[in-house]
Amino acid sequence: MAQVVIEGVEENVREVMARYGNNPARMIEILQDLQDLYGYLPKEVLEEVSRQTEVPLTRVYHVATFFKAFTLKPRGKYTIQVCTGTACHVKGSYRVLERFEDLLGVRPGDTTDDLMFTLETVNCVGCCALGPVVIINGKYHGHVAPVQVESLIKEYRER
Amino acid sequence: MRRLGSREDLERLREEALSKSPKRFISLGMGTASRAHGAEAVYEALKEELAKRHLGIPVKATGDHGLCGYAPVMVVFPEGILYHSVKPADVPDVLEAIDKGEVLEKLLYTDPITSETYIYEKDIPFYKKQMRLVMGLMESVEPLSIDDYLCNGGFSALAKAMFDMGPQAIIQEVITSGLRGRGGAGFMTGWKWEDAASRSSPVKYIVCNGDEGDPGAYMDRCLLEGLPFEVLEGMIIGAFAVGAHQGFVYVRKEYPLATQNVQAAIEVLRELGLLGEDILGSGFDFDIQVVRGGGAFVCGESSALIASIEGRVGEPRSKHVHATESGLWGRPTVLNNVETLANVPHIVNKGGEWFASIGTKESKGTKVFSLAGDIYNTGLVEVPMGITLREVVYDIGGGIQGGKAFKAVQTGGPSGGCLPESQLDLPVDFDTLTEAGSMMGSGGMIVMDEHTCMVDVARYFVKFLTEESCGKCVPCREGLKHMLEILDRITQGEGTMEDLELLEDLGYVISNASLCGLGKSAPNPVLSTLRYFREEYVEHVRDKKCRAGVCKALVKYEIVPENCNGCHVCFKECPEGAISGEPKGVHVIDQQKCIKCGICRDVCKFDAVRVV
Repeated sequence: MAQVVIEGVEENVREVMARYGNNPARMIEILQDLQDLYGYLPKEVLEEVSRQTEVPLTRVYHVATFFKAFTLKPRGKYTIQVCTGTACHVKGSYRVLERFEDLLGVRPGDTTDDLMFTLETVNCVGCCALGPVVIINGKYHGHVAPVQVESLIKEYRER
Repeated sequence: MRRLGSREDLERLREEALSKSPKRFISLGMGTASRAHGAEAVYEALKEELAKRHLGIPVKATGDHGLCGYAPVMVVFPEGILYHSVKPADVPDVLEAIDKGEVLEKLLYTDPITSETYIYEKDIPFYKKQMRLVMGLMESVEPLSIDDYLCNGGFSALAKAMFDMGPQAIIQEVITSGLRGRGGAGFMTGWKWEDAASRSSPVKYIVCNGDEGDPGAYMDRCLLEGLPFEVLEGMIIGAFAVGAHQGFVYVRKEYPLATQNVQAAIEVLRELGLLGEDILGSGFDFDIQVVRGGGAFVCGESSALIASIEGRVGEPRSKHVHATESGLWGRPTVLNNVETLANVPHIVNKGGEWFASIGTKESKGTKVFSLAGDIYNTGLVEVPMGITLREVVYDIGGGIQGGKAFKAVQTGGPSGGCLPESQLDLPVDFDTLTEAGSMMGSGGMIVMDEHTCMVDVARYFVKFLTEESCGKCVPCREGLKHMLEILDRITQGEGTMEDLELLEDLGYVISNASLCGLGKSAPNPVLSTLRYFREEYVEHVRDKKCRAGVCKALVKYEIVPENCNGCHVCFKECPEGAISGEPKGVHVIDQQKCIKCGICRDVCKFDAVRVV
């Protein structure tokens, strides 16, 4: 796994905290903004949040590992989210997901070694009429069939 | 924007807005579902082409209209002509037709079964049996246009509530209406408000629950995106009724557009003085903060949601004390679902008795369902309570796609159940669905055809709930894990008949001993499929067969020689190189190499690949 440089932790945490009135009750949003900044939640950031909010690190860690929104591992350049909501499941999204797993060689939640792709599942994005839905860096792809997965990956890899 | 200091100021602003309001306009659905279908490009094309042609017709970029499967959908007002699946290249033709007062045939809706073509939105069967109350303004109001909302009676309910009624009368009206919570539990909204209002605490809170976690339900997303003012107006009325001065809107992180629109709508209301201090000169102060959820299904549960707003992990607690007594930071707190609050302005305006005249004895008003799965017309539908499942699936949904047979309709999300053909004439209301072993839930309705394996569906929901169980109480955490193990065994053909009884026993224990609603309702998908589709379980166990062809361990893919014309497409697409055969010759699948991904069946145009 490539090393990611973590910089400016103290200032960044201070800035984000100020956005929420330095209120530790807004922990989830503070962590969300920090994750947007770093792409994930590095250990250093969690420690700094704990220091500045005066919330014990165990509780910060508890929040950061409880919610699906957070990841403690670096993410790829592209995040592939396969919707596994009920409507998508009925339309065969599990087959689409298996195809991504086979081709990328990672399981949901993991990132490819070249830091290109992070594979995730999401429990319904509310586009049930489009199922199976795959979202890649915020772009929605509807009615995805397993046979299209290979070209979809190729399309993003070659960008 | 000027600050409104009184009810008269509000009415003056409404008159101004009405005098500018256009009769002719184009309404384009631009919610998340429409955007995923390319509505943004259509919007740009419309703007460009309208400027080029100097046609003074405004375009309203609204929330999703409902007919999501046919997006982008466009309606031309005042006639109400509906065009669907519009592409940017169609835009010049559409405007040409509007300019000439004609109708553009090629984009009209054609019924997939009767082949009848419809010009007007109101005539299309999908809309005909609907009763659009909370979704009623979706097409004529731009999400952030206060003018649009005022022109359609916006905030008249708030003024009426604050100046003509007062807290007691509002609560009485909501009790009379019989409005029950639309988030799933179906608790009487008026009683909740009455209880919170009776508390003497100087600090109270109101929370709008937009943590729409049920997979397959997205009406709250649509309302927050398309009609944020309606939801917020209901919330301000609720706050006034119970005496809360601070509110929170909790939105799922998977809904970025909804979060953005609610936030922007709140800012508009603050500028107008409809939020903040001394609202409309009434002396009532109230403000709202948006909280983004962290992505945990259990946070839809009230005590978990409260913990999450307080910045803690979303673990439920035992509810011998209700939130209306001690909720957020120990203060009386009212939690209402998005759709529930959107009903409030209508109840205040038209009266509780009017609302109570719609629906059934115990379930009043309308309910929005998100209709999805193997039917023709997928999308959001709003129907009066008491309509039958059959009417929703066949008359509104258009029936099963591709001439396949109906198998089940799943309602209530992971807490609900699957109902078979024999239950289709049940009226849709809170109590009937619960008696039948399912649930109203938040309104997801997923139709399944014969190619859906009911054991796999049960396994799917249990897997979902196992992952989403917060882990605090043992029956839910451990019980679901064991249920999943048993279901895994059955779908792999290794189950025993005793497993079926064990599933029922476990289900009984989990639903009786779990702490919160998640665990209490978690066995429903398993118990309802065991009740209505037991023969499918038995087939998996005894005959090692999956009749729907879904459970990999129990099926194999074969090529039917009579149908194979050697087009060679499956040969090229098979990722494992498991198919052999020459072009124009019959092909064969090597069972040793086949991973059962199903791609060969997807790509075969001649129905030559079968699952046995």
